[in-house]
Amino acid sequence: MYDLKALYEANSVQNAIELLSAHPEAKIIAGGSDVLVQMREGRLAGKELVSIFKLDELRGVSMDGDGTLRILPLTSFSHITRDPLIQAHINVLGEAVDMVGGPQIRNIGTIGGNTCNGVTSADSAATLHAYDAIMEITGPAGVRRVPIREFYISAGKVVLSHEELLTAILISKESYEGYKGHYIKYAMRNAMDIATLTCSVNVKLSADKKTIEDARIAYGVAGPVPMRTPSAEAAAKGKPVSAETIEAFGEAAKLDVNPRTSWRATKDFRLHLVGELAKRALKEAIKLNGGEA
Amino acid sequence: MAQMQLVKCTVNGEYRETMVDVRASLTDMLRNDYSLTSVKKGCEVGECGACTVLVDGEAFNSCIYLAVWADGKNIRTLESLMGADGAISDIQQAFIDETAVQCGFCIPGFIVTTAEILETGKEYTRDELRKLLSGHLCRCTGYENILNAVEKVMKQRLGKA
Ligand SMILES: Cc1cc2nc3c(=O)[nH]c(=O)nc-3n(C[C@H](O)[C@H](O)[C@H](O)COP(=O)(O)OP(=O)(O)OC[C@H]3O[C@@H](n4cnc5c(N)ncnc54)[C@H](O)[C@@H]3O)c2cc1C
Ligand code: FES
Ligand code: FES
Repeated sequence: MYDLKALYEANSVQNAIELLSAHPEAKIIAGGSDVLVQMREGRLAGKELVSIFKLDELRGVSMDGDGTLRILPLTSFSHITRDPLIQAHINVLGEAVDMVGGPQIRNIGTIGGNTCNGVTSADSAATLHAYDAIMEITGPAGVRRVPIREFYISAGKVVLSHEELLTAILISKESYEGYKGHYIKYAMRNAMDIATLTCSVNVKLSADKKTIEDARIAYGVAGPVPMRTPSAEAAAKGKPVSAETIEAFGEAAKLDVNPRTSWRATKDFRLHLVGELAKRALKEAIKLNGGEA
Repeated sequence: MAQMQLVKCTVNGEYRETMVDVRASLTDMLRNDYSLTSVKKGCEVGECGACTVLVDGEAFNSCIYLAVWADGKNIRTLESLMGADGAISDIQQAFIDETAVQCGFCIPGFIVTTAEILETGKEYTRDELRKLLSGHLCRCTGYENILNAVEKVMKQRLGKA
C-alpha cells in the first residue's frame, strides 16, 4: 500500500484541470515512476494525487499540417523509441530515452513526467533543449506555448501552475529538417543509473559537407537546469568541418556551464566531461550527416 | 475510510473483478486478491524487477503501478506460463538446464521479461539480451547462466538450437 491520501482519476484534460482546482494540495501522477517512488521514500507521503494515466488521448506521436512533430506527454519512452516519425525526424530523441533506467521503467515512464519533474539529469531534457522544443500547456485559461528554455525555473521547478498540465511537446519542422544529432549519457553503469552528465548535439551541414551551417548543443547536469551553451554554438556555426572546429567547440562549451560537486562527481570532473562529450557528440553528429571529421 | 474502487481485468486469461483499495499497488492486488505469489516484493521502488508482470504484453514493475490502473487491462504473471496439465514452460526448463536458478527470488521476474522478449519473435545478440534483461537484479548474481538460459530458449523457439 502506498501512503496515499486520496486518488482522483481524471477522465479528460478538462476534468484533470477541474480536479486540480478543486484539490489545491493534489499532485499530478502520469506514469508514477517518480511520484510513487517519492511516496514510498516519504517525500510525497500522505499526498492526494490526480491521475492522468488513463487519458489515452495524451498518448502518441503525430505530425501537424505544417510538419510540426507533436509528441504527447503520456507517450512512454519505449513507444517514443519505436515510433516511425521519431525515427525518421529526430532519431536522437528515441536513442536518448532508450538510456533511461531499464526496460520496465521505459515502459511506464512518460516523456511528460521526464520534463515536468524539472530534473536536470532527465534523459530527454538535453535533446529537447537542443531541438528548441515548444511545451504546450493547458490550464483553466486555455492553451499557452512556452519554449523549453523558459520552461525550467530551478532544480525540480518548472513554469506550470498548480492547475496546468503539459499537453504536448512540439518540434517545429525548421527545428528538425536537415539536422541529425547524437546524445551521450555519461554514467557509472550502462543501465539503471542516473547521469553524471548528459550532452546532446545536432548539426546541419552544407551541401558539400565541408561547412557546419548550424550546430546546437545542450547539457543536463551542467547546471541546476538543462542548458544550451551559446558560446560553443557560435564556435561551430559557419566554420569548416575540421578537428580544429571540434576542439574549439568543446572548449567554448566550458564557458557557459555551471556544474557542481555532488556525490556522483566533482565539479572539475564534470567540467572535463563538458568539453569531452561536446567534442565526441559533435564528431558523431557530423558523421551522421555524412561529413568527415 | 478506505477509498475502494472496482477493478475489472483479465488475469492470466481469466476475466476477474474485485474491489481494490486505491492505495494498493498492482503487486498488492495480484498477491493479496489473486494469490499470485510469483510476483515478488523486492525493493518496491522499481529498481529490481522482482515484481515484473505483463500488462497488455509489455513488462512493468507492478510495485510502481497503481492496482486501479489495471482496470480493463490484460495482466499476465509467471503463473500464466503453466501448461494445461501443470507442466512448466520451455523458458523455465531452460533456466533449470542452464542452472540459472539459485535462491530463486528474482527468477519469476526474469522469466516474465523473457516471455516479453520471446513474443517479439526476433533474434537478439547477447549484448542486446543483456540490455533487455537489465531491469532485473539477481542478489545471487547468477547473471551469466540466466543469460545463457534466455539465449538458449530464444534459439530453440527460432528453430536455431
Ligand atoms: C528505477 C528507476 C530508474 C530511473 N532511471 C532514470 C534514468 O535513467 N533517466 C531518467 O531520465 N529518469 C529515470 N527515472 C525517473 C523517471 O522514470 C522519469 O523521470 C520518468 O520520465 C517520469 O515519468 P512518469 O510519467 O513516470 O512521471 P510521474 O512520476 O507520474 O511524474 C513526474 C512529475 O511530473 C509531473 N507530471 C507528469 N506528467 C505531467 C503532465 N502531463 N503535466 C504536468 N505535470 C506532469 C508529476 O506531477 C510529477 O511531479 C528512473 C526512475 C526509476 C524508478
Ligand atoms: S519490487 Fe518492483 S522493482 Fe523491485
Ligand atoms: S537466484 Fe537468488 S536472487 Fe536471483
